[in-house]
Amino acid sequence: MSTIDVPLTKRGFGRTQRPDLWWVTPLFVFLGLGAFVVYSTWAAFQGDFYRFGPYLSPMYSPLLLTSRPGWWPVWIPFSAALLILWAPGGFRVTCYYYRGAYYKAFWADPAACAVGEPRKSYWGERTFPLILQNSHRFFLYLALLFLVLLAHDAWNAMWFTDPVTGAITFGIGLGTIIMIVNPILLGGYTLGCHSLRHLVGGRKDVMGGASRKTYDCVSCLNRRHMTWAWFSLFWVMFTDIYIRLCAMGIWHDWRIH
Amino acid sequence: MATTSQATFRIWRGENNKGGYVDFSLEVEEGMVVLDAVHRIQATQATDLGVRWNCKAGKCGSCSAEINGSPKLMCMTRLNTLDLTKPVTVEPMRTFPHVKDLVTDVSWNFTVKQRIPPFQRRPPDSHGPDGPQWRVRQQDVDRPQEFRKCIECFLCQDVCHVLREHHMHDKFIGPRFIIHAAQLEMNPLDDGNRLEALKDDFGIGYCNITKCCTKVCPEGIHITDNAIIPLKERVVDQFYDPLQKLFRIFK
Repeated sequence: MSTIDVPLTKRGFGRTQRPDLWWVTPLFVFLGLGAFVVYSTWAAFQGDFYRFGPYLSPMYSPLLLTSRPGWWPVWIPFSAALLILWAPGGFRVTCYYYRGAYYKAFWADPAACAVGEPRKSYWGERTFPLILQNSHRFFLYLALLFLVLLAHDAWNAMWFTDPVTGAITFGIGLGTIIMIVNPILLGGYTLGCHSLRHLVGGRKDVMGGASRKTYDCVSCLNRRHMTWAWFSLFWVMFTDIYIRLCAMGIWHDWRIH
Repeated sequence: MATTSQATFRIWRGENNKGGYVDFSLEVEEGMVVLDAVHRIQATQATDLGVRWNCKAGKCGSCSAEINGSPKLMCMTRLNTLDLTKPVTVEPMRTFPHVKDLVTDVSWNFTVKQRIPPFQRRPPDSHGPDGPQWRVRQQDVDRPQEFRKCIECFLCQDVCHVLREHHMHDKFIGPRFIIHAAQLEMNPLDDGNRLEALKDDFGIGYCNITKCCTKVCPEGIHITDNAIIPLKERVVDQFYDPLQKLFRIFK
């Protein structure tokens, strides 16, 4: 490969001629993602208050275990969330949008476009561990499965059990609406995934009719991938907060029907 | 009558990397672009000011520079989009060797382009009275055609931190040439395979999807979403996906 002389003097971290507030976006990403990671880690280790009536927190769905099994390590507090959260977590971590966002906000690699970086060395996504980002499509397969499971949870959230008679009746609570919105937002995010766009048609130079239509639909969602990513992320957190606070008796679920 | 106002332009002046900023004050009018101001400075205050330009219509890609720290075409940056109460900085592109004032040597890009395997036409679909015939649908051509809008201004190369900050010109071809490779790879008439070269020689894995190239593209090409990520996915298909490998064996 041809090499060239080093151009104008390299500048230090944060040095730029940009007069705009270039640091605002990475700061908000840092705070937003940081808040989610802190909250979801805390919520995942609680192992309690994840159910209220027919509502199940998306951070604990699918609920694989309800009590501590014998093989569970003694030094880790039991929580069913720890069995499943790695899958949607891995999907987000390897997502093309989030990668660009957290490389900027957490690694300053770069902090913003045309802004000086703190480090001289750079490996990109060619070596371990970042070469593992290429596993995104496998997390996508799991995320699609989770989408079905969370849609099923939203369906379950419409069927309330009478505590006295035990009869199951159709109903809509505020929690039901929150749980219906959750798979919709997650669907907008997951179905607009770059890997899905590739798999449904992008991998081919010539697309057939059905493949072209699917590719166009995924591309349509993909154009707002960042928006779907943020809304779905915070809705998952909000759904867990709502169910947790209802289960703790701090909030009361408002029954509409 | 056009309204006028006073503005200061802080232009980087010097040769072969040695130099500094020089302030020029001048009267500017409504409708002017940065290149107009630079030309006026060249005509009235600094006749030896080096600046490359040609079409003044955002189509030749010659007048690339860094205006207030952001890579832009000088001819497409209107003064009314800038804060003229403060000096407007105009610098040469930082990613390429400096020649004089606002002029840089972008010839590295042309040597890179020569290394990308060219178009390799696939066998014809049929043979008619006029010779071999190929059939393609417009919708399949739309994707590579987006990349043909590139005017080779090299602003994407300039803003890409792999080249700009880390000077990995010997390992990474940059976004401009990834879209060139994408234009060939996605062409339904092309039979070539550049994926191994993209992975090993052209360094597509160095891109960490900052989308800075997309943000500065004056042609609005979706470099990251429509070229880099799809090619990264094709590289995954060929080299990192065991299921695809298995599928290929059985196929």
